[in-house]
Amino acid sequence: MTDTARYERSDFQTDQEVRWCPGCGDYTILASVQMFLASLDIDREKHVFVSGIGCSSRFPYYMNTYGMHTVHGRAPAIATGVATANPDLTVWVITGDGDGLSIGGNHLIHALRRNVNLNIILFNNQIYGLTKGQYSPTSEVGKTTKTSPMGSIDRPFNPVSLAIGSEASFVARTIDMDRNHTIEMLSAMHENVGAGFLEIYQNCNVFNDKAFLDLTGKETRDQNRIWLQHGEPIIFGENDEYGVQVDAAGARIVEVAEVGRHNLHVHDAFAPNPSAAFALSRISQGPYGPTPLGVFRDVSSPDYGHMLERQVAAAQEQRGSGDLAKLIRSRGTWTVDA
Amino acid sequence: MSDETLTRERPTPEQIEDVVIRFAGDSGDGMQLAGTQFTASSALFGNDLATLPNFPAEIRAPQGTIGGVSSFQVHIADWDILTPGDSPDCLVAMNPAALKANLHDLVKGGLLIVNTDAFEERNFAKAGYDTNPLEDGSLDAYQVVGAPMEELTKEAVKGSGVTGRAVLRSKNFFALGLMSWIYTRPLDPVVEWITTKFGADSPLTKANESALKAGYNYGITIEALHHTYEIQPAKLPPGEYTNVVGNTATAWGLVAASEKASIPLFLGSYPITPASTILEELARHKNFGVKTLQAEDEIAGIGAAVGAAFTGRLAVTSTSGPGLALKSETLSLALIMELPLIVIDIQRGGPSTGLPTKVEQSDLLFAMYGRHGESPLPIVSTSSPSDAFDSAFEAARIAIKYMTPVILLTDGYIATSSEPWRLPDVDALPDISRPFASIEPGETFLPYLRDETTMSRPWAIPGQPGLEHRIGGLEKDATTGNVSYDPDNHETMTHVRARKIQGIANDIPEVEVYGEGANLLVLGWGSTYGAIRTAVNRVRKAGREVAHVHLRHLNPFPPNLGEVLAGFDTILIPEINTGQLSHLIRAEYLLPTVGYNRVQGLPIKARDIETKIHEILDGEVTE
Ligand code: SF4
Repeated sequence: MTDTARYERSDFQTDQEVRWCPGCGDYTILASVQMFLASLDIDREKHVFVSGIGCSSRFPYYMNTYGMHTVHGRAPAIATGVATANPDLTVWVITGDGDGLSIGGNHLIHALRRNVNLNIILFNNQIYGLTKGQYSPTSEVGKTTKTSPMGSIDRPFNPVSLAIGSEASFVARTIDMDRNHTIEMLSAMHENVGAGFLEIYQNCNVFNDKAFLDLTGKETRDQNRIWLQHGEPIIFGENDEYGVQVDAAGARIVEVAEVGRHNLHVHDAFAPNPSAAFALSRISQGPYGPTPLGVFRDVSSPDYGHMLERQVAAAQEQRGSGDLAKLIRSRGTWTVDA
Repeated sequence: MSDETLTRERPTPEQIEDVVIRFAGDSGDGMQLAGTQFTASSALFGNDLATLPNFPAEIRAPQGTIGGVSSFQVHIADWDILTPGDSPDCLVAMNPAALKANLHDLVKGGLLIVNTDAFEERNFAKAGYDTNPLEDGSLDAYQVVGAPMEELTKEAVKGSGVTGRAVLRSKNFFALGLMSWIYTRPLDPVVEWITTKFGADSPLTKANESALKAGYNYGITIEALHHTYEIQPAKLPPGEYTNVVGNTATAWGLVAASEKASIPLFLGSYPITPASTILEELARHKNFGVKTLQAEDEIAGIGAAVGAAFTGRLAVTSTSGPGLALKSETLSLALIMELPLIVIDIQRGGPSTGLPTKVEQSDLLFAMYGRHGESPLPIVSTSSPSDAFDSAFEAARIAIKYMTPVILLTDGYIATSSEPWRLPDVDALPDISRPFASIEPGETFLPYLRDETTMSRPWAIPGQPGLEHRIGGLEKDATTGNVSYDPDNHETMTHVRARKIQGIANDIPEVEVYGEGANLLVLGWGSTYGAIRTAVNRVRKAGREVAHVHLRHLNPFPPNLGEVLAGFDTILIPEINTGQLSHLIRAEYLLPTVGYNRVQGLPIKARDIETKIHEILDGEVTE
């Protein structure tokens, strides 16, 4: 945050008591978002936060902006209305893995497909928290919960693959506890014009603690975090000993020593074709083992709200502003004399 | 064909006051189009009219079968009529199935125009005829006029450039031409429509116009039709009229409301029969600042509308029964958030997919009670195609003034039928705007602080500094609007929400009783208006006393309704359901009612209501 910033983090805090469990990853995300918004030169009253139902969806109550805490799964649809009715607003959707991928999966993919100018943040904790610990559409196969006592046999979604498959303009992934990276991702998403999707691995320390240990544990994280940097070859590992290659068969992890650095895949976040980004998203099926983090895809394109606005303007230019008296006469009239 | 035949002298037409005509054919025969065009030229001629389209749910139901029959009924008159008529005086049957499905409605002695080319062996079987009805004497009670419409159409369109199977598509224009001759309708408006629709140089324009004229000339040529009819322009109240279809009037009413509220219109909707044409109509009017969003489903349709309402737009979602079920959860959200929203339910036959193209009034109790929790909402209903303009406007007025979702009930009959509408002076429509919330520096904004009279909360829209606030589905504190789980507060808020809706009763017109000195009242709502009023008029003309009250507001009821109802010995409630308004009236006023309930997917007939009234007056019916 620079000295010249118009806002401080506190300008985005509300007087409402934050009610997440102590230690929940949501706190860090809230701080990151508040800090990021304070750093922007955007009027506070232009931000609208829309959420569905779930732990994460309490988020708008804690943001001193305009906000709506709505119906389970429907936040992308409601936010679509906000962003379409008034494209000058900066609209944020806060959702979770249950809210956004299970009950609201349809709205999520259509908001992305339609390229509504939304910043969608999906808090993925791989569990139903608010309803106290049932498996979610991102829980791993075999997960034992109250509703899957013999282990879940559901195949999970990979949220990033889903978003890329829906051709979202912007798709990225980060981890709750890494504030700087989260803010970097928020900033990139905000810059992008069109539908943005950011998956945040969010620790639910009550019902699914340490789900992201491969990526957060001191021992494991360096060998498992694959940082995606636009224009750079994809290299990871404690000593940069691993890299990624992408070809028609998909993306695979290789040893740098074997293939040579110059033969690694150079990440192009701005590629209009989503195929390579999709391949990268398939390197891991969840936060297990080496997993890419960062911006997968960043392809700005005209957003739905502004395109509709342009149609309205074009219609007014071609036909003149609406004339009600003319409209009701447009199907022909006759006169009955007194 | 030469134009010379057209100028031959025609017999002086017999002047008649009104006629009911039904065009019936296979759903691929273009009967809706023929009927609509016949209606349009009658409207421009100045007749009063009412229409009743009736078509199968399938776009192309099995050809030649009863299930595939599509019909369009139009009632034209030189006086002020209110219904599309109970029984046609003239039936056009394009094939045996159309004859079979509709003959029982034709008045005895009525005119029956048949396309003889379709009366062949294989079609009889499909329609369930053992013998040729044209030859077995079963039509002796009617004036039958046969025309080989397919042969003559083929002949007529030769040289137009249209060839092959497409040729026969023009036969509906042949039928229309023939009907135009019989009922002395001008052809010019139809020709004009054809040219605009297909383009001046199109072979289709040539083909359809030729078929139309061939039909007209056939009327001139054949002896069977020396008798023609004419219906003079109706003596309607003076003014400028247009012929309007219900869903169009609904859409225009919303556009008008948006202008008079000085806020842009936003429609979030998902295509569903018979509501889709509202979305289609509004999508065309972007120059009014209208935005339409064809959502991924019904839930997203209302969701987007709720989002738009939050930003200060006149938000609407349109649907039919099954869609209303899907919207129910989000409707409750809009209710507790207290955002203005109009939900249009074009009722159709249910439950489930039911009869998607047919009329029913069976969503009244659903509109009233179909939400979880204690969730009262205002309900406004529409009584005819032209009334749809006013009722949509009224729904918007209530939504904005009281910060509440409003359910607007129309139905499949109103949606697709048409009638002349005396155009309002749009400048004289009331201002229904309401200022958005504002704030002085240093003040705290309380989103649930209510207006003392309306109990309505302020409408604060994103973009305004100092008014940042959060709303949502959780219960709110009655004063601060913050989330509250307090038991007393929830009870207070439950009653506050109910009182706000109940208070609207003071802001709607009292009911007016039509017909004096009666002990019997016919109480109705929605599209039964025309049939009830016609029946009541006929009974009164016959010298007996009966009154009529028609409700626009179904929740809350008008303030004087209880008092009015208490003044009658008997309350008859005709409805296209099994007694839903009866249920509400009994519950609200503890008064007995007599129902007249039909659920056939068709409008109730004036004649049947008339019979029922006579039965009650004769003492044959007790509650
Ligand atoms: S249940 Fe889990 S996700 Fe929900 S607030 Fe508690 S820790 Fe956070």
